[in-house]
Amino acid sequence: MPGLEDLYREIILDHYRNPRNAKELESPPALRAEGYNPLCGDEVVITLLVDEGRIQDIGIGGQGCSISRSSASLMTVSVKGKTLEEASAAIRSFKAMMSIHESSLAPAASQTETPTAAELAKMGELAALQGVVKFPVRIKCAVLAWNTLSECMAKATDAQP
Amino acid sequence: MAGLSDLRAGFDPATVKEDFTLLRNPHHDHPLVYLDSAASSQRPDSVLAAMDDYYCRSHANVHRGVYRLAEEATSLYEGARQKIGDFIGAPDPGREIIFTKNVTEALNLVAQSWGRANLRPGDAIVLTEIEHHANLVPWLMLASEIGFEIRYLRLGEDGELDLSRLEETVEGAKLVGVTMCSNVLGTLVPVSQIAQAAHAAGAVVVADGAQYVPHLPTDVSSLGADLMAFTGHKMLGPTGIGVLWGKAEILDAMPPFLGGGEMIKDVRLDGFIPNDLPWKFEAGTPPIAEAIGLGAAVDYLSGLGMAAIREHEITLLSYAMKKLEADHGDALVIHGPSRPERRGGVLSMQLDGVHAHDLSQVLDSRGVCVRAGHHCAKPLMRCLGLAATARASFYIYNDESDIDALSDALGEARSFFA
Repeated sequence: MPGLEDLYREIILDHYRNPRNAKELESPPALRAEGYNPLCGDEVVITLLVDEGRIQDIGIGGQGCSISRSSASLMTVSVKGKTLEEASAAIRSFKAMMSIHESSLAPAASQTETPTAAELAKMGELAALQGVVKFPVRIKCAVLAWNTLSECMAKATDAQP
Repeated sequence: MAGLSDLRAGFDPATVKEDFTLLRNPHHDHPLVYLDSAASSQRPDSVLAAMDDYYCRSHANVHRGVYRLAEEATSLYEGARQKIGDFIGAPDPGREIIFTKNVTEALNLVAQSWGRANLRPGDAIVLTEIEHHANLVPWLMLASEIGFEIRYLRLGEDGELDLSRLEETVEGAKLVGVTMCSNVLGTLVPVSQIAQAAHAAGAVVVADGAQYVPHLPTDVSSLGADLMAFTGHKMLGPTGIGVLWGKAEILDAMPPFLGGGEMIKDVRLDGFIPNDLPWKFEAGTPPIAEAIGLGAAVDYLSGLGMAAIREHEITLLSYAMKKLEADHGDALVIHGPSRPERRGGVLSMQLDGVHAHDLSQVLDSRGVCVRAGHHCAKPLMRCLGLAATARASFYIYNDESDIDALSDALGEARSFFA
């Protein structure tokens, strides 16, 4: 049985206690999306300021457990300043780390592969959340903010002519 | 080890635990500390044996075959109905006990059958703010279709319902739906007081007994409600069996809910005649083994005595509230009535700075099982300003050692997240 230390890394506890970008940007001009986890009542509010295809600023509101809050905080640090394409790629790699593969057409083998050391190194602090995958019921906590960011970014794409 | 309190309660939880294979088995290297019986209880070996025995010796479909095996199955099934009816003091179990899948289905039956037959646009019904979604959503669904008003009795002080405006709230209402015990706060609701006001206003009263019937002596003849739902798996029985009790004259006047076999007397291509009570509401092959299992569960509970069970839970609640207060003080908030006598065996807790999910995770690492979340009562949680609580709930197999394990694990969670 995996131990608690696999789940609650120091980075996670730090981002839970001191969340980064914990704010709500004025909307409009910021885009806004809300995400809910109906099973546990976790809520996340994302406000996103996109200019010329790049995330200029991002705010996180709502409430939730240490996994959902720290994942949201780490996410803001990871995507701030990135282009929408880069952010989409970040969402895909994070979800892959959580064993969620977007494309059902992907070869079956790759769906069971765990990220390589090089891939984890590229994820930086986000790799601290890798232990969540050993606690299947908590995966939904970790991906809530990322799914909500996807929805928010879709609004940016929709808004473009 | 039996404490003085256990001897006073009339049974020893340690002995009770011996009757449950699951509780005897170790759980991830820890003794299992099961504190989630409000979500689903465990079941004693006698319940499993009764179901096994039925499948091994007496299984056939009920009310159909003209052979001895089918007669045995029918007699076991109808015997369970009688036993379960007697357990809640039903005057006429053979007509008034309807087997359903669970409480949710029983309450949907009431909404879809009684509700559709009796509610019109502009009518009003009354529910409470502390209802489980099972006694809320079926009415919201029907209201959006028919267009009747839903009024609410609100939460007042100390986890109790505010009944200061009871008479005017129920005035003109056609139905009053009320939980007998809050699954979040543990609040024991004064059903007979509410029913008296409801009946004076001409309303029918439906009670949700999910958290009450397993834990306190229940007598529907003095309860005041006209209909009451409860479920097997929260009272030592199997999953997949719930019960709707109702006064025969009310059930008689209600149209059928689900259609199919068993629920008819005659069918022609242009219509049908519904069966008598209770089969009118039991379409299709019923949960036979589950009814028999629930019958065995009721035997087990009656053997301990419901009054002794209630006394045991008050003792445990008192011990838990004192112990948790002493160990954790202001860091731990316990929601609901402050007096153990005013509550059922559930404790919804909030530990300062620790989310209910994280708390539940740390407790699990010590073998302590509690429920974390909104407990299917989102309007109540919103009213309390909470997204989630961790809920410990007790039953006959729990004792002081379980509370001690809970309190120690809470201490570990505090140091972990401090």
